[in-house]
Amino acid sequence: MKYVNQGVPKIDYEALVTGKGVYVNDLAPSDCLVVKVLRSSHAHALIEEINLTRAKAVPGIEAIFTYKDCPDKRFTLAGQTYPEPSPYDRLILDKRVRFVGDPVAIVAGETEEAVEKALKLIRIKYEVLEPILDFRKAKDHSILVHPEENWKSLIPVGADNQRNLCAHEVCGEGDVDTVLASCDYVVDEVYHTKANQQAMMETFRAYSYKDTYGRLNIVSSTQVPFHVRRIMATALNIPKSKVRVIKPRIGGGFGAKQTAVMEMYPAFVTWMTGKPAKMIFTREESMIASSPRHEMELHVRVGANKDGVIKALDVYTLSNTGAFGEHGPTTVGLSGHKSIPLYGKTEAFRFAYDVVYTNTMSAGAYRGYGATQGSFAVESAITELAEKMGMDPVKLREINMIREGQIMPAYYNEPNSSCALDRCMARAKEMIGWDEKYPSVDCGNGKVRGVGVAMSMQGSGISALDTASVSIKVNDDGFYTLMIGATDMGTGCDTILSQMAAECLSCSMDQIIVHGVDTDVSPYDCGSYASSTTYVTGMAVMKTCETLREKLCAQGAKYLGCDVEDVEFDGEKVTNLKTGVSISRAEIGNNAMCNNEDALSASEAFSSPVSPPPFMVGMAEVEVDKETGEIELLDYVAVVDCGTPINPNLARVQTEGGIAQGIGMALYEDVVYNKRGKNYSNSFMQYKIPSRLDVGNIRVEFESSYEPSGPFGAKSIGEIVINTPSPAIANAISNAVGVRVRELPITAEKVFWGMQEKNKR
Amino acid sequence: MEVQFRLNGKQVKAEVAGDSVLLDVLRKLGCVSVKCGCETTNCGLCTVWIDGRPRLSCSVLAASIDGQEVTTLEGVQEEAAEFGRFLAEEGAEQCGFCSPGFIMSVFAMVRELDNPTIEEIKEYLAGNLCRCTGYMGQLRAIQKYMKAKRIQFQEADKEVQV
Amino acid sequence: MLTIQNYVKVKTVEEAYELNQARNSRIMGGMMWLRLGNANVKTMIDLSGLGLEQIEETDHVFRIGAMCTLRQLEKNEELNAYFGGALAESVRHIVGVQFRNQATIGGSIYGRYGFSDVLTCLLAMDTFVELYDGGTVRLREFVEKKKNKDIVLSVIIRKQARKVRYLSVRQTKTDFPVLTCAVVTGDVHGKECWYFSIGARPMRAALVEKEWAIPENVSKDQLTAYAKEVADSFEYSSNMRGSAEYRKHLAQVLVGRAMESIITEGR
Repeated sequence: MKYVNQGVPKIDYEALVTGKGVYVNDLAPSDCLVVKVLRSSHAHALIEEINLTRAKAVPGIEAIFTYKDCPDKRFTLAGQTYPEPSPYDRLILDKRVRFVGDPVAIVAGETEEAVEKALKLIRIKYEVLEPILDFRKAKDHSILVHPEENWKSLIPVGADNQRNLCAHEVCGEGDVDTVLASCDYVVDEVYHTKANQQAMMETFRAYSYKDTYGRLNIVSSTQVPFHVRRIMATALNIPKSKVRVIKPRIGGGFGAKQTAVMEMYPAFVTWMTGKPAKMIFTREESMIASSPRHEMELHVRVGANKDGVIKALDVYTLSNTGAFGEHGPTTVGLSGHKSIPLYGKTEAFRFAYDVVYTNTMSAGAYRGYGATQGSFAVESAITELAEKMGMDPVKLREINMIREGQIMPAYYNEPNSSCALDRCMARAKEMIGWDEKYPSVDCGNGKVRGVGVAMSMQGSGISALDTASVSIKVNDDGFYTLMIGATDMGTGCDTILSQMAAECLSCSMDQIIVHGVDTDVSPYDCGSYASSTTYVTGMAVMKTCETLREKLCAQGAKYLGCDVEDVEFDGEKVTNLKTGVSISRAEIGNNAMCNNEDALSASEAFSSPVSPPPFMVGMAEVEVDKETGEIELLDYVAVVDCGTPINPNLARVQTEGGIAQGIGMALYEDVVYNKRGKNYSNSFMQYKIPSRLDVGNIRVEFESSYEPSGPFGAKSIGEIVINTPSPAIANAISNAVGVRVRELPITAEKVFWGMQEKNKR
Repeated sequence: MEVQFRLNGKQVKAEVAGDSVLLDVLRKLGCVSVKCGCETTNCGLCTVWIDGRPRLSCSVLAASIDGQEVTTLEGVQEEAAEFGRFLAEEGAEQCGFCSPGFIMSVFAMVRELDNPTIEEIKEYLAGNLCRCTGYMGQLRAIQKYMKAKRIQFQEADKEVQV
Repeated sequence: MLTIQNYVKVKTVEEAYELNQARNSRIMGGMMWLRLGNANVKTMIDLSGLGLEQIEETDHVFRIGAMCTLRQLEKNEELNAYFGGALAESVRHIVGVQFRNQATIGGSIYGRYGFSDVLTCLLAMDTFVELYDGGTVRLREFVEKKKNKDIVLSVIIRKQARKVRYLSVRQTKTDFPVLTCAVVTGDVHGKECWYFSIGARPMRAALVEKEWAIPENVSKDQLTAYAKEVADSFEYSSNMRGSAEYRKHLAQVLVGRAMESIITEGR
């Protein structure tokens, strides 16, 4: 293949590496009003009185809005397909504040200085209420986060605001309790994962203005432009036809921007004042009032017989959605549905969950989307089981791993249509030298090295739901415009979708231009999330190209004066096979612009009944200081089955980047609150993400299966890559020093106390 | 107050307040490559050179650079495009938001260190955070770029000797 | 938020001192921490035109100008050759090169920060602070004093035949330290003296001195006992980065390692 499976550079790279002004803040007009919000310093309170007199008197202040000015109609900020599973529990501003940092007032002014000054002069009198901060106590607590009557859940997800419940479900197959009781070995442990920040380098930001037609235009750094259009219309209580959303280049998302965290503030200002408005979240705001990973506690029970067959898996997940329910009912599902099916020989499984509201910042979507949390718990538990059995944890996995062709009961009974997990495991073992290094090597200098393993799976889009449409038109001289609604957030989807189109249309990539997303002109796409773009939008590209080829043949035959059955299109020209006479694509494109009634364009949509999982194996080698507990990550090996990698270079960087984020999650990233709900992890000074000195060496290889339902055999890559580091590193530490840490992050201090505990025994 | 300084080889002047930081002034002067990523001196996105040394423009008072020489990515465009190609060959520019500050640090390193080892490269660039790439692709790009430059110099050397 | 009304690049130290006597005047160091605080500053005083960014070596001392950056400290060959690279080790973990190209030694010392690596290291050495008004005082006395309106002109390290070790523990390689430790030993008036400085407890670094004549063949157990005695003589508390108990343990480990390293190398 000429373009597919080739590591071509991204089509937008030149602008990025030379620092051109292509991001939201570079493009915003200079006359935008500066928009900021006043934030609550209480975790739970009711606003009693607001005094804006002095604030409004500050020169340059255009407007100040409070809950009294905002529509009293609830909505969700989750960027999901309508009707959203996330409950409608938000207002633009509310009388009740639900976490430290919850907005209380929107201030718009001519300069940053004026707005800052006004913020300081707003006087609010609160009735301070007791917050519920501990997610283990939230369910059925007397303190309610959402007592309001107009709270509603659009889909039956087991939500009940009178019980602080955002979602609840139990599912399974077989009798887990009986099977577990019959097992020779059972592990029964509880694992705790923390909230993590996506920490994309470009914070949340958007600007808005009214256009010629009085419509609200929003330019936003978002992964979900079409959802933002719907959410803004709902929030502002205006017709959807009045809203247009444009996505320029964006500086990273990782799921954070699958929630419309802040577009409503400038949008509301523009709608009310008619003036352009811009809001740039500070890093602090991006750390305290954003959309981090759901904190979860997972109770895992897993049992096996002496022969090494894992017979039953039981997972109960408690998830903390924080003050609002964005992505609460859906992330939790992946903690079981993407961890249990990896083990293909179970006779029974059960997966149950509760998602609860608390007075902490609302959680959201973060790469891995619950699968990451499930992966830490289940992959830790499987290794604990191997330890109990005295078996090599790789061998235990080899015996039990899901194979190609099997049905996956815990994955909605989908068939495992493409799977190279066995090859991934074999290659990872070789790469890290598992047999030589397992379980540990004492370095003799007070340090000991250990290796650890974890497997993972994700999905490729949301089955029977995610929808992508694509349009391609032929222009003068025959160049193509590829119109997509999928959002490139730096990952390179504009490039890989062009690669596929070039392959399908048998042309060079420079014949294809890609239009960034503009909801007024782009075809509908639910957006870039749920590992959907390569697989779902990719298939839409293939379908569209097929239709367009037919149209080009028909148009060519018309100009050649022959039957369409007699022609062939080779990408450059349409040839009459009977006469050998041909007409070039350029000529067809030019001719079609004169006296023509057949539009030379095609548009197709795609949605998949299945979501084929990519698979991977991660192995970590760590060195632990026996005196201090300090952990040095030496080597991380990953072997991934993402089907055909459309662009191996970009797939590799996705993998390396996801692993680095996973390393941060494993070892130090943590959102810490004090006893009154104040968030201490409010900057890059206090919330540390890995620097290049912290990630050791990351080595990535691909073992590809071929997914028959995917474009060119491709599956997804974006999310799965974050899942293995926390369990693999936990398992490596356990092998090194015999300490099992079941709560992330695994700090040196936890390992140290673990060693102390062990020495006592 | 008014400050005058050399920006990317040109003499410029700007009206600044006592608390204006260089980052904002540079962006107003059209150097939009300079990005703010954290506000707390931790991310390196705002890295520019002041009198040839890489510094954090978020923490430099604009008033204090009167008479000094400031270089941003806009001032080293040709070199940026050249190195950027190596970065893109690895897919390692990704979202691109950290690229300008990172590239300014890479060029500072190339000027300051002779033939740095992998550990020296990592340490020199540790102040430039990136959340997309996991740093490995950046490292590959730097190594390939430095190798290509060495070969270029050697070739040029040979020509001179001939 | 920091607001600044006037910025003045002074021509003389006298001018700086005069301006600094006003309540809302501030001396500008690297602006790393000052900018993050909340202050309404009327006059920001920049010392960068006074030639205070030199490291001078004489027969008896190293004189480090207050406006010297941490990066200069890190890169200065004479200084690091003399003290076995300890000063470079004490700064190289701080954020990144571009940060260290800006943060000044004067700012670091004047701020008396609890997390300061460089303060921990200098405190264990034979270090003095040269003030405009207050003369030259021992660093250990300076850090105990409240911040005042005097101006730090330079940091002076006496050249003594002493061994210096600097160690720290961090969660990530460029994070604030969980604990810092400097150990210095040498001959003082014919007696073997040991200086131990522990910082990031998370309180400001403090110093203890011991007149210990430790034999070269000291046993591991004896060394542990020495280290424990040192660690026990400091107070510790807890924060996000570690508990008081863990910090105390780390202090003992790091002190032990530094001592062992010095003894193995030979004093």
